[in-house]
Amino acid sequence: MIELHRLRKTYPGGVAALDGVDLHVAPGEIYGVVGRSGAGKSTLLRAVNLLERPDSGTVRVAGQELTALGSAELRAARRRIGMIFQQFHLLSARTVAGNVALPLELAGVARSQRGGRVRELLDLVGLSDKAGEHPARLSGGQRQRVAIARALATDPAVLLCDEATSALDPYTTVEILHLLRDLNRRLGLTILLITHDLGVVERICDRAGVLDAGRLVESGPVGGLLGEPGSALSALAQAVR
Amino acid sequence: MIDLLLPATGETLHMVGLATLFTVLVGLPLGVLLGYGPAPVRPVLGAVVNVGRSVPFVILMIAVIPLTRALLGTSIGTAAAVVPLTVGAIPFFARLVEGALRDVDPGLTEAGHAFGATRVQIVARILLPEALPALVRGLTVTAVALVGYSAMAGVIGGGGLGYLAIRYGYQRFETDVMLATVAVLVALVQLVQFTGDRLARRLDRR
Ligand SMILES: Nc1ncnc2c1ncn2[C@@H]1O[C@H](COP(=O)(O)OP(=O)(O)OP(=O)(O)O)[C@@H](O)[C@H]1O
Ligand SMILES: [Mg+2]
Repeated sequence: MIELHRLRKTYPGGVAALDGVDLHVAPGEIYGVVGRSGAGKSTLLRAVNLLERPDSGTVRVAGQELTALGSAELRAARRRIGMIFQQFHLLSARTVAGNVALPLELAGVARSQRGGRVRELLDLVGLSDKAGEHPARLSGGQRQRVAIARALATDPAVLLCDEATSALDPYTTVEILHLLRDLNRRLGLTILLITHDLGVVERICDRAGVLDAGRLVESGPVGGLLGEPGSALSALAQAVR
Repeated sequence: MIDLLLPATGETLHMVGLATLFTVLVGLPLGVLLGYGPAPVRPVLGAVVNVGRSVPFVILMIAVIPLTRALLGTSIGTAAAVVPLTVGAIPFFARLVEGALRDVDPGLTEAGHAFGATRVQIVARILLPEALPALVRGLTVTAVALVGYSAMAGVIGGGGLGYLAIRYGYQRFETDVMLATVAVLVALVQLVQFTGDRLARRLDRR
């Protein structure tokens, strides 16, 4: 579903944030990327929908080569890729329903069709009763639910999560992870997430990779990697325990 | 005295009201272009705005007289004063607009791009609505400045409270008219600021 091929990205300062990354995420899979701060995790995730354009290499999502698209086609392709963020990035001026409706408006969905779809989405994340609230009046967990509903509005095949639970307490984190797992199963949603929390990987990821200085030094099934004493993932697990 | 103050206050409100309206109509899009216009346009507009902002209002008032004549056929009177007021306020307000848009959390713009928004959509559906409280505050500052400048425009025959203060207070030594004029100006500024602050607070949902 997501195929990254030999991605390279060097920022103007000379830092090689991505140093030849190959990564395949299968349809319906939850893939987690871990790595220390500055390893290039965010750069990698942002390269998938080309918020960060790599210097070289190709990005394919759902069979479509994004790196070969013009700007209008890229915008259309981005509607098939949802994204959620550590700081939620909800619009403060809009209500919960208004936030969820945003991607529909951007895609030109008629007003008459937006209402029903928004209700459906809020129902999906369990926030039907908050439709008229403004995000400032919600808890962190509720805000991330709104962000998830918004990300799914245009029915994407893929969801990108940039440290989606890092601003949440442990209980809320578990709640959001359950929701993601549930959406993954019910909708067949492919999820690529980055995190510095190994617990997140253990809890919901099918496969995981370790990024170090812009290189994917390891990639495989979570259980396998953690069971293998010499793996980078188990070394990381040892270090945090 | 009321007979003098009332029409003069009306004239000032007329001048400031119209000038504020035209300033928004031109300054808002100009501010958007300053911050988010096509790359080659931005520095050009920026330079023009800087020139506009560096000319002192007294000089600007005189410099735009030909423009006022061309537009209205005369360069004296309340309506004519609207032209220099607007020309002076546009670059000022445009910079405030630009700043208000730049202060919007870049994460929101990023989210917009992630959802496939065009540049125009990002401005119209994300930046402007999110910046609305700041825009209202900027407009309040501009309107208050316009009240002050409108008094100055009165000196060159613009009418309004400034004209009254000069003609009666200064030229005829009627100090009480002068003081009453200043009192009305103070009250006007307080009112504009109070209303603007309230509106901005009400719009701010953060
Ligand atoms: N816009 C930028 N300009 C210059 N350098 C950048 C930029 N963004 C990231 N970098 C650098 O690129 C490297 C990778 O950054 P990235 O944000 O991808 O790391 P990360 O793994 O997400 O880190 P963290 O866990 O702290 O979020 C870092 O060295 C960082 O300093
Ligand atoms: Mg990061």
